[in-house]
Amino acid sequence: MTSPIDRRIYEHPIITFHRGRKIKFVFEGREVEAYEGESVAVALYAIGIDVFSWSRKLNRPRGPFCMIGKCSSCFMIVNNIPNTRTCILPVQEGLVVERQKGLATPPSKPLEEEVEEVELNPDVLIVGGGPSGLEAASILASNGLEVVVVDEHFKPGGQLLKQTHKFFGNVELFGGQRGFQIAELYIKKLAEYSNIKLLTQTSVYGVFRGGIVAAAGRNKHYIIKPRAVIAATGAQERLIEFPNNDLPGVMGAGGAQTIMNEFGVKPGEKALVVGSGNVGLIVAYQLVQAGVEVKAIVEIMKEIGGWFVHAAKVRRLGIPILTSHTIKYVEGNGRVEKAVVVEVDDKFNPISGTEREFNVDLVLLAVGLEPDTRFHAQAGAVMKYVPELGGLVPIRTRDLETTVSNLYVAGDSSGVEEATTAILEGRIAAYSIISKFTSGSRAQQALEEMEKTLKFLWEEYRSSPLLSRARRGKESVTVSREELLELRSKYPPPVSFG
Amino acid sequence: MKNMSRFEFRRKGYIEIEELKELGLIPPSERLVKGPVAILECPEEIPCNICIAFCPTKAIKMERIIDLPRIEWDKCTGCGMCVAVCPGLAAFVVDLSKPDADYVTLPYELLPPPRKGDRVILLNRRGERVGEGEVVRVWERNKTFIVTVKTPKGLGMEVRSIWIERK
Repeated sequence: MTSPIDRRIYEHPIITFHRGRKIKFVFEGREVEAYEGESVAVALYAIGIDVFSWSRKLNRPRGPFCMIGKCSSCFMIVNNIPNTRTCILPVQEGLVVERQKGLATPPSKPLEEEVEEVELNPDVLIVGGGPSGLEAASILASNGLEVVVVDEHFKPGGQLLKQTHKFFGNVELFGGQRGFQIAELYIKKLAEYSNIKLLTQTSVYGVFRGGIVAAAGRNKHYIIKPRAVIAATGAQERLIEFPNNDLPGVMGAGGAQTIMNEFGVKPGEKALVVGSGNVGLIVAYQLVQAGVEVKAIVEIMKEIGGWFVHAAKVRRLGIPILTSHTIKYVEGNGRVEKAVVVEVDDKFNPISGTEREFNVDLVLLAVGLEPDTRFHAQAGAVMKYVPELGGLVPIRTRDLETTVSNLYVAGDSSGVEEATTAILEGRIAAYSIISKFTSGSRAQQALEEMEKTLKFLWEEYRSSPLLSRARRGKESVTVSREELLELRSKYPPPVSFG
Repeated sequence: MKNMSRFEFRRKGYIEIEELKELGLIPPSERLVKGPVAILECPEEIPCNICIAFCPTKAIKMERIIDLPRIEWDKCTGCGMCVAVCPGLAAFVVDLSKPDADYVTLPYELLPPPRKGDRVILLNRRGERVGEGEVVRVWERNKTFIVTVKTPKGLGMEVRSIWIERK
């Protein structure tokens, strides 16, 4: 059946959406059309399905939120398997998809597909195929090491895939290129190396005794015994509290970026953005590019959070940035129809009588990110709560080794910053490993490259006052080699690598 | 670093010409009336030096990657390459040398694509409609349109965006 609703974007100033062939799958008893390369969740959203699931206790509808496999709002029953994350599941001819109402029942029949057990013994396992992981992979591979990269998504690139703006920095660090173009460059580069094994649509689900890492892929179960691990697992979007914050149409800013920039589907018609950090400012501009009307950006602080140049781009298009304002509540029947914002006083208390209504169907939350450090924590790395970095992060040396021997952290999971620092951190971790695993001039050169990168990152790049908060955070979790060894013996981790 | 607390742009999201002047980002008036010249509205210390890498006359200077860009006004030809490459879309070229009109070259990344001869709405830094103008030149680099608009005389330092009504 052809749906009367089609939210796909056919004209965009920056991105050309290359859609695959048309395929059909079954959604709740009816046949629906999608394009190859789309995720199940996006394909459904594109034809007007706003509700992805209903909550367990109160039966409240839930719509898209993170769209990168971190939250649980897109859990559906796919081919009889409940709790399937449909945002990272590619559409396939003949899939049978149903939404979940509350807790799902276990599968009624056993899996028909056979699962193959695969053992891998790479030099380095990289968990996460974003900017940090891909940069590390290409450097490790070009130095002759065997690398396995695991990513939950069916496309590598991490959050680079959904960035349409040109990156800052310098030319060597892809400055001037757009995020999705940088992802394309990495994917092309990685394909040149036969010593990189890229496992997409594969989730690392645990660390086991003896330094074994297990991962589940499509019909494959991987038992991986690496000599070193770089866990570059990224971050997830935060939620803030207000009445009806779970109503479909309230989504993470990054979730909306995935829908519109990665898959070319319009996330809504009229939007309100909550939060004026770089993510909020950039997403507002990207919404305009996708043909969405942006009513306002609200910011609870007195000042805009992000960089001035990003703010200036949206202001000169006439989009107001309401500082000292926050969202009070949203309302709607099955989907956001109205958002009410309110001014706040010096102590962030709402000032009654200052409420303003916006008729919007989309409310994007750009209220910060939280590092995804489940892997590091499970491996027993000593963690520290650092508000400047978004939450719990592993303590590490300046070359990014954690208290678990040969477990490295890089990118947003080491503390939320941005893609350029993620690339630099991936580079540092890679060179540190090369300096240990090789010898002679190669090891020496790796050390030199590492020092050069560290110098640039700490003495030049992070010397910007715009990055001072993150810098302070990173300083507070960076320890000397001696301190690391002390922590390691004081809190011995259950595993080690190498 | 300069004491930034006296500046208002971080609260408002747009910058006043006076603030740009104080930060040394506006060319002297003798240079402005001579012919096209770049204005980089880049008031924060962003770690970025893309404009320097692409400036064909090497007119932009920066010691550290976080410095504000400094233009040697006499070396700048107003070619617009910085407008094309600036990741912050913060570079503009103004030409105040003509008696009957001003010309502003600005980056544009929206649809519909601007075309030479289009009549467009002129927007200032606050997004207010300040008049109508005519597109006199368009080129493209990596999906950014570099658009030169003819504006009523006196608006060269005000106009920073355009809006094209969809037909």
